[in-house]
Amino acid sequence: MGLQKSEIMLVLAAAAITLLSFVIPDWLAFTTTLAIASALVVLGVVLLMRAGLVSFGQGLYYCIGGYAVGMGGRFLGINDALLLIAMGVVVTVALAMLLGLLLTRYREIFFAMLTLAFSMILYGILVKSQNLGSTDGFGVSDWTLLWFDPDGGKGSKTVLWLATAVGLVVALFLNRYFGSAIGLACEAIRENEVRVEYMGMSRRQILYINYVIAAAIGSIGGSLTSLAAGHVDPTMAYWTISGEFVFIALLGGTGHVAASFIAAMIFIMVRTYAVELFPNSWQMILGIVLLLIILFLPKGIWSLFTRRRRVGS
Amino acid sequence: MGHITPQAGLRRKLLSTATSIALVSAGAMGISQATHAADTFKVGLVTFLSGGASGPFGVPAAQAAETVIKAINAGELPAPYDSAGVNGLQLESVVIDEAGGPTKQVEEYRNLVQRQNVNAVIGYISSGDCLAVGPVAEEMETFTIAFDCGTPRLFEEVENPTYLFRTGLDAVADNVGAAHYLNDAKADAERLAGIQQNYAWGQDSWLDFTLAMEQLMPDMEIVDNQTPQIFQGNYGTEISALQTSRPDIIHSSMWGGDMEAFVAQASVRGLLDQATAILTTGESGLHRFKDQAPNGTILGGRGPFGGFMPDNDLSAWFSKAYEADHGTPPSYPASKMAQALLGLKYAADNSGAEGIPTSEQLAATLKGASFESVSGTVDMGLAGGHQALQPMLYGEYHYSADTGPELRNVRAYKGECVSPPDGKDAQEWIKAGFPGADCN
Amino acid sequence: MLTVWAILIDGLIYASWLFLVAAGLTVIYGVMRILNMAHGSLYALGAYAAASALGWYYNGVGDQLWIALAIITVCAVAIGALAGLIMERGVLRLMYGRDEVLMLIVTFAMLLILEDVMKLIWGTTPYFAYQPYAAMGRFNIGVLTVSGYQLMVVGVSVAVGLALWFWLERTRVGKILRSIIHDREVSEAMGVNVRRMFTITFMIGAALGAIAGGVTAPIISVVPGVGVEVIVVAFAVVVTGGLGSITGAAIGALIVGLARAVSIHTMPELELFIVYAVMATVLIFRPHGLFGQAVARKI
Repeated sequence: MGLQKSEIMLVLAAAAITLLSFVIPDWLAFTTTLAIASALVVLGVVLLMRAGLVSFGQGLYYCIGGYAVGMGGRFLGINDALLLIAMGVVVTVALAMLLGLLLTRYREIFFAMLTLAFSMILYGILVKSQNLGSTDGFGVSDWTLLWFDPDGGKGSKTVLWLATAVGLVVALFLNRYFGSAIGLACEAIRENEVRVEYMGMSRRQILYINYVIAAAIGSIGGSLTSLAAGHVDPTMAYWTISGEFVFIALLGGTGHVAASFIAAMIFIMVRTYAVELFPNSWQMILGIVLLLIILFLPKGIWSLFTRRRRVGS
Repeated sequence: MGHITPQAGLRRKLLSTATSIALVSAGAMGISQATHAADTFKVGLVTFLSGGASGPFGVPAAQAAETVIKAINAGELPAPYDSAGVNGLQLESVVIDEAGGPTKQVEEYRNLVQRQNVNAVIGYISSGDCLAVGPVAEEMETFTIAFDCGTPRLFEEVENPTYLFRTGLDAVADNVGAAHYLNDAKADAERLAGIQQNYAWGQDSWLDFTLAMEQLMPDMEIVDNQTPQIFQGNYGTEISALQTSRPDIIHSSMWGGDMEAFVAQASVRGLLDQATAILTTGESGLHRFKDQAPNGTILGGRGPFGGFMPDNDLSAWFSKAYEADHGTPPSYPASKMAQALLGLKYAADNSGAEGIPTSEQLAATLKGASFESVSGTVDMGLAGGHQALQPMLYGEYHYSADTGPELRNVRAYKGECVSPPDGKDAQEWIKAGFPGADCN
Repeated sequence: MLTVWAILIDGLIYASWLFLVAAGLTVIYGVMRILNMAHGSLYALGAYAAASALGWYYNGVGDQLWIALAIITVCAVAIGALAGLIMERGVLRLMYGRDEVLMLIVTFAMLLILEDVMKLIWGTTPYFAYQPYAAMGRFNIGVLTVSGYQLMVVGVSVAVGLALWFWLERTRVGKILRSIIHDREVSEAMGVNVRRMFTITFMIGAALGAIAGGVTAPIISVVPGVGVEVIVVAFAVVVTGGLGSITGAAIGALIVGLARAVSIHTMPELELFIVYAVMATVLIFRPHGLFGQAVARKI
């Protein structure tokens, strides 16, 4: 079972980023880390999109991942980065298994609205919690990575390596997943659910598994973001952040795992430059870019780089 | 459904080429760093240019920066700031929108310092942003002045700061001052209610205020506190709930459009005939309330800013220049930005540096310093010399169609009266009865 | 007892405002199957247009209340219909036939664009056209007071609801719309010009959203961002009541309005969740909302 061609490219890309990290300026390392972390959450959205569901509430798990890192460090005294990420995943999976039972009954708009509702409920709970700083949030304490102490934890290079490594593992896993029986069944569900059921597969089970996996990687993305930024706050659960993830998912398309990473990087760069060059109208620029993408590249940027021969029907 | 037609294929080729070029050039642009000449001092200004906080706070601050920087570069400020530029260097500014949340602001701060190569950063209205950026400022060793954010936790999160300063006051000072004013001016009030926006600022303000009131006016009965969502705008139900509790005093830390809407609605519903409102950020509405706020409404300006500025050369110049440029007298956020810029000029001029002062030189100069500002003398006396210590003022709003708005019965409370001494936790200090406070 | 009265009155007032905001949204969804995220921006457009028109009027032209109210209506309807026309013809038309959720994202993009367009046109200073609100005074009911303006809003909301109902049930155009709601393809096969109907519907929905904003403008201070705040609660009402159903929107608005009033008067801490909790609860028992229709799926 060798690596496919695209998987080799992923590994090479990860290696390239790691090597480049020694020479690129600090702010670019930070931006790349944020892009990788966002891409992980976006992959969760893509996972659900392939099954025909759009989630406007991935912010819920993104926020849980972030707060797990923050609270683990501040209240439980845990300092190891991997352990903190694992904590976030555990809490997230527990919650997702519960919510998934409810949410997989719904489709389309209702699914989107319910996921939005739950992430806003978490937002409300956090805003109410004065000892967690309410809307101010709180800072992430210094962290270590296994035996390695990256100078108080805010060192950009270490978190970039961590993000790259984690990102690579997740990307490879998802690439296999997309090609597996379950992954292909997802696309079938998007096309026609009832037929899938007739073929003997339980669509609820498939959607449920999808939902839990999407939640888990969303949480990892949130943990990485807070490790890099050094701060957590309830905005992470606000619906507009989830909207951004959906935006990026559309930008990249559902074609390949790499698309999400590229799209996340493009989005962050476009946004930074829009803010810098048009401080008074950057939202408009983003909206226009999004519209253009939807109009001209409905399958996302990835469709520019693949060429699928379609067989005559 | 066969192969792609030639036109479609050409279009795809064009699009993919264009995208690739765009990506590569974006990457190249990204790697390159903005340069700036060695005879200018570049300052990053971060304030709200979009969203609900832009109208009352962000844009007035940005406008004040424009006016003051222009004057600094031309050497038009009154003494002791009459030299042109900062330390002889022309002041150049880069303005960044504070919207987007703390994580985004951390990213933008890093971009300002490393990509735009600014020599200093002034900004931050939102407490969340201050708390997130503070540690990063220390990490990146860049001189940073927080000019407006009101969280009392800033120097708890950033212990032993070197590069981070705050030239404004925090919510503790606002609310302890409010309690003192009520104690002096409304001693016979019995029932107290509040309405705060439901987020950190509102929650902290109400907590600090009620703790202070328990010390100063223990007989007051707290009958209600409403916590509408921020930017809710429509307070019909909250006003009804307040009316049923029949308060004498209503405390509010609401700001901007929410504050104005609440005042108008409460006024029309008659709530403000029954109760007197005390608005901790009310000064930003001084020139906007007209007859909507009843006479006698108590306003605060988070210190000696805006309408509470004392009479001195700097404030006189600033009021005139700001009004000439922007058509309205400056409100407190504008004054606070002016103060931060004056602090920067003070630090640069007195740093003893040749050419561009380093962040270390600026920080060493400003630490524990006293400098002249539109608000009088600013004493950087708290948090080891990094936090300003200034008096807190409140006054009554009066309006007539002929004479316009004015503030009467203004009382000032010394900095040492409303802020805890260095190193003491604010809530503990209040609960213990303000030990060490000097209120005379 | 006083609290109960207060809750009922407040709930009714808030519900009427919710209905005004949600009506346009649900009409558009019912006919076109588009959940318009830019509905909040249309609300904001109406509010800004009304506020600036009132500012101009009260700044020397006159101070008659009824003229002011007329100005609000005319400005809001005009700008809503115009914006709706531009949005529908310019953008949405290119996207028909695509996935429903893709349309949602398109409207999200339009929301982003409109937010900045409004900022560019009207700036960031809050607009405060309180004069009509102040002029209508208040009525005392015991120790409670109700503002005259808010009562008028209740009246407007009821009128709009009745007008919509009448239009959909009794007029020819309304019946055509209902046939499109039922089955678009068959309607087209029967000769209905569905595209033109879509344009008309979108313009009406947009105008409704703008009216809601215009009517609210004298109560609030219009600042950038008023639109975004309104969207989520409008969605919750529409989804609770059943997408596409006017009756559903009305009942949904009543439920949410009363629930919120109860929460504020008795348990203020829950206020932040109550809207979402109500929506989630309704959806658990009635997955398509209260009056939503289960759509038959083709196999």
